[in-house]
Amino acid sequence: MDRFVFLTFDGLVRGVVLAAFALALVLIWRAARIVNFAQGAMAVASVYVAYSVTAATGSYWIGFAAALLAGLALGTLVDVAVMRFVDHSSPLNAVIVALGLVLLLQAVLGMTYGNEYLPVAAPLSRDALSIGGLALLSRYDLFVFAAVLVVVVALALLFTRTPVGLRMRAAAFAPQVSRLLGVNVGGMLTLGWALAAGVGALAGMLVLPTELGLHPNAMDLVFVSAFTAAVVGGLDSPAGAVVGGVAVGLILSYVSGYVGSDTAPIAVLVLLLAVLLIRPNGLFSSAQARHV
Amino acid sequence: MQRIARRGLTIAACLTLLGGAVACTGDESGGGTAAVPGVSDTEIVVGTHMPLTGPASAGYSKISPATKAYFDHVNANGGVYGRKITYKVMDDGYNPANTQQVVRQLVLQDKVFAVINGLGTPTHSGVLDFLKSNRVPDLFVASGSRTWDQPEKYPHTFGFNPDYTVEGKILAQYAKDNFAGKKVCFLGQDDDFGRDGLLGVEQILGAEGVVARQTYVTSNTNIGPQINTLKTAGCEVVVLATVPGFTALAIGTAARVGFQPQWMVSNVGADYQTLAAQLGDAKGLLEGMLALNYMPMATDESDPWIAQFKKINDQYNAGAGFDGNTVYGMAVGYLFVQALLAAGEDLTREGLIEAVEKGGFQGPGLAPLRFSADDHSGYGGQRMNKVEGGVQKYFGPTYETDEGDGPVNEYTVAPPAPPANGIPTL
Amino acid sequence: MSVIGEPGQRVEQTTPASAPAAAAPAKPHLPWGGSTLLRHLALVALAAVVLLGLTYWLEPFRNYQLATVAAYLCATAGLTVLTGLNGQLSLGHGALMAAGAYTVALTQQMLTDRGATGVGVLVVSLGCGVLVSLLAGAVIGVAAARLRGPYLAGVTLAVALVVPALAITFDGTLGGEQGLSFYVDPPPAALGPYFPYERWQAWLALAGALLVMLLLANLVRSRFGRSLRAVRDDEVAARLAGIHVARTQVLAFVVSAACAGLGGGLLAVLAQSVSPGAFSMTLSLFLLMAIVVGGLGSLAGAVWGALLLVILPELTHLITEQFTLAPATAQRLDGNLPLALFGGTLVVVMIVAPGGIQRVLVRLARRIDPRRRTAPGPEER
Repeated sequence: MDRFVFLTFDGLVRGVVLAAFALALVLIWRAARIVNFAQGAMAVASVYVAYSVTAATGSYWIGFAAALLAGLALGTLVDVAVMRFVDHSSPLNAVIVALGLVLLLQAVLGMTYGNEYLPVAAPLSRDALSIGGLALLSRYDLFVFAAVLVVVVALALLFTRTPVGLRMRAAAFAPQVSRLLGVNVGGMLTLGWALAAGVGALAGMLVLPTELGLHPNAMDLVFVSAFTAAVVGGLDSPAGAVVGGVAVGLILSYVSGYVGSDTAPIAVLVLLLAVLLIRPNGLFSSAQARHV
Repeated sequence: MQRIARRGLTIAACLTLLGGAVACTGDESGGGTAAVPGVSDTEIVVGTHMPLTGPASAGYSKISPATKAYFDHVNANGGVYGRKITYKVMDDGYNPANTQQVVRQLVLQDKVFAVINGLGTPTHSGVLDFLKSNRVPDLFVASGSRTWDQPEKYPHTFGFNPDYTVEGKILAQYAKDNFAGKKVCFLGQDDDFGRDGLLGVEQILGAEGVVARQTYVTSNTNIGPQINTLKTAGCEVVVLATVPGFTALAIGTAARVGFQPQWMVSNVGADYQTLAAQLGDAKGLLEGMLALNYMPMATDESDPWIAQFKKINDQYNAGAGFDGNTVYGMAVGYLFVQALLAAGEDLTREGLIEAVEKGGFQGPGLAPLRFSADDHSGYGGQRMNKVEGGVQKYFGPTYETDEGDGPVNEYTVAPPAPPANGIPTL
Repeated sequence: MSVIGEPGQRVEQTTPASAPAAAAPAKPHLPWGGSTLLRHLALVALAAVVLLGLTYWLEPFRNYQLATVAAYLCATAGLTVLTGLNGQLSLGHGALMAAGAYTVALTQQMLTDRGATGVGVLVVSLGCGVLVSLLAGAVIGVAAARLRGPYLAGVTLAVALVVPALAITFDGTLGGEQGLSFYVDPPPAALGPYFPYERWQAWLALAGALLVMLLLANLVRSRFGRSLRAVRDDEVAARLAGIHVARTQVLAFVVSAACAGLGGGLLAVLAQSVSPGAFSMTLSLFLLMAIVVGGLGSLAGAVWGALLLVILPELTHLITEQFTLAPATAQRLDGNLPLALFGGTLVVVMIVAPGGIQRVLVRLARRIDPRRRTAPGPEER
């Protein structure tokens, strides 16, 4: 029972970070109909910025803020300088460009910082607090929960209650009509990229203290798990991203704990197939395919 | 019509060219070319494959620059019999598939004279057959697997690191003598490195003596489940056969769940400076860590070898950090130069192999260096060290043993003093 | 409906000139009588002769690289048919290559243990490899038949990750991260005692690649090829026209999986070993990059892609070697500068020439020779 509780909480913490990352992917999908394969690399770049800033100033929180800003800036830059020029008639072009960006980013980071694993300290204690003899969450885990909750709620409010959010949704759903109505579609798209990159940077900051260390390939596996989570939940649905993220995190934790961490990818594949066989567009999909 | 004629002409032209090409180039005659590959009057080209990037690169990426710096020092002093040593280092990222590619490039394209200090058990085991069929000397493999010690099967392959079985036996013997009655457990890499280490431990303690065994793979950095299992089993002494990144990960993860056993770490993953850099602020967790080593301690300023290597490091390695990996890299360079000197001025691949098999090399190592016609294993022992007050210090005697069921003995021969300029003489 | 797209997306149309090509009446003055199969056989025979000469001219390392290109070509050709002509995005072809490779390794180990020798052993092993990857492709194809776009991509990406997991879980048979080594016979005695091993490897790989190209070229020009394109361009219309969409998609997956299996098996034979690291997710992504930069949907594009996979890393290494720096800096650049150049090249190429290398070449050819009738779209060869 102890083990189950431990694994559940471990999985929830992991899942929540994956949910944030999946949310970033869904954001870009809804805005630009592209799967942003460079999300992981962009997040890692932002964390490196935080690392430098923290090393220079000595404060984790300044570094944290710097990471978020770097994420926003990087997202804007990628959209304005690269994605605008890509021929979107074939969706594969954007995928390849994103993959090229991944290689470029990771290589530049490796050249600047080296490929060694740099230690990333957590701002709060990572020792597990015990309640009734069970080692449960640590203060850091609670911080992770809180941060992701704030982000999810903020994004939900942004999209549903603010004019900017309405414009972003309009630009994504019906770009031509929105343009006619005076919405700066290109600007909304860039804003979407910036927000997504910022959320990705946050997820990176949250997850990296739990990894082996900071290095250019650190977010690769997180990206893959998050992409799986987004697919499970349905790429069109932010709620789906959150649910998918938590589900994938829990499954990874249970399988790693009870069977072995090497079989975890197999379990993820089984989950994916199980969900997609029943609902080919994800759990929370709303888009209907034309059937004949 | 025209198109067909044009196509016919192109086909005819191709066939003529082809016929000419085949006629002009025959197969090379069977005997070797007169010149030795990689050796000229002024140069010796050797190569290696190392993980310069990837999860296993922590620490190891410092070895080849150190060896290169040592070769630069030798070259600046006239080289070996007037030949300068060129060291080609290829990155394989600890991925066996990349090792295949880069080793083929070294042998077939760069035409190296020998491959020295190829690093990694999973990576190097894949290229043994290729190196054998191309008769390339494969010296001083940077790994303690027993695969390199097979003189009948791989006559050109020689090890350097003490075998992992030897290590396991020494650690287990120490645990038996000093931690009698405590639960001993094992966490190792899921390949020959981990398996051979476990074999050594079980030789001394017996299979029942090891309470729990866990493995990890370098591609999966979440070893929480393994640590949890060891904690639940009540382990008091944990033997680690881990690369430096994973030693740090194991110790860090364990501390977080309140599990702090006596750590006994294989030489491969026990360099204090590398681990401290990995753990950052948590480096206090390394206090009391027991480990093995067979080279002078990088922090031991009083050791003449360290002084010599430090000088070379400052001059030729752009003052890169000086730690156990640097000492290791330079020791390998030193041994290779000794082998080249013993092979004589008329340098051939067979001559080099014979020179190495003659053995009798003495260098900075604390343990006996075993090279003979039947023994390609390399160093055969280690000495215990402990981390106290942030410094990793040796204590006790050097132990030596074999890969089989021989006992663990003390080895009392001390290393000689280094030559004045750090370059060996015959 | 195309791969991933908004409802109003512009879709590539095949030019009508291409359609009658395969069904043209026999022109009596051509030696092959207008039959596609014979024409392709003639081209393959010609290519075989030219390549044979090439293997005699190249030095051993280049022969090894040629063999690697041929092995990759099997996989890229299959993938470009699947993704370019059928619109199914697969991010897991590395896993299918691994299926073929591991099967070859295990079969070779088993056969050499029993003392079998000769070229037949290799043929049997490669055949088994193709069979296993074919089955794997069938399973994945059926499971993913209803999936489109990024959902299919997600499943195939998960498949790509399963390979190392399987190798490590079943490390008794599959050797874990260290992988398996196996013995491959030297060239047959009939070729002479001094026949370079790399040339033999090149022959094996080129034979496989030519076989795959012949098969796929015929497939692309056939009725099945037209069904593939029909399903890609407009699924609903295809269904209305009587094409069984699910069956077409599964078959496309199966064919590309078999080709990938052969490619993986050949790679294993070249390296005489298999390990999970050789078939990582990175390989799957690199295959995708190769076919898109080479020219999506065209077999010639697959050739460029395979060449790119082998040549570009080496080119970037050459460029890096031009700079001489302090050891530590050089080492930092050493692994990373080639990747940076590779990534940068990809980004630039995709922005400047989104149709890939093949499209650029076709456009150049059109400009040089205006007498050429409007060439078929890039989906044709």
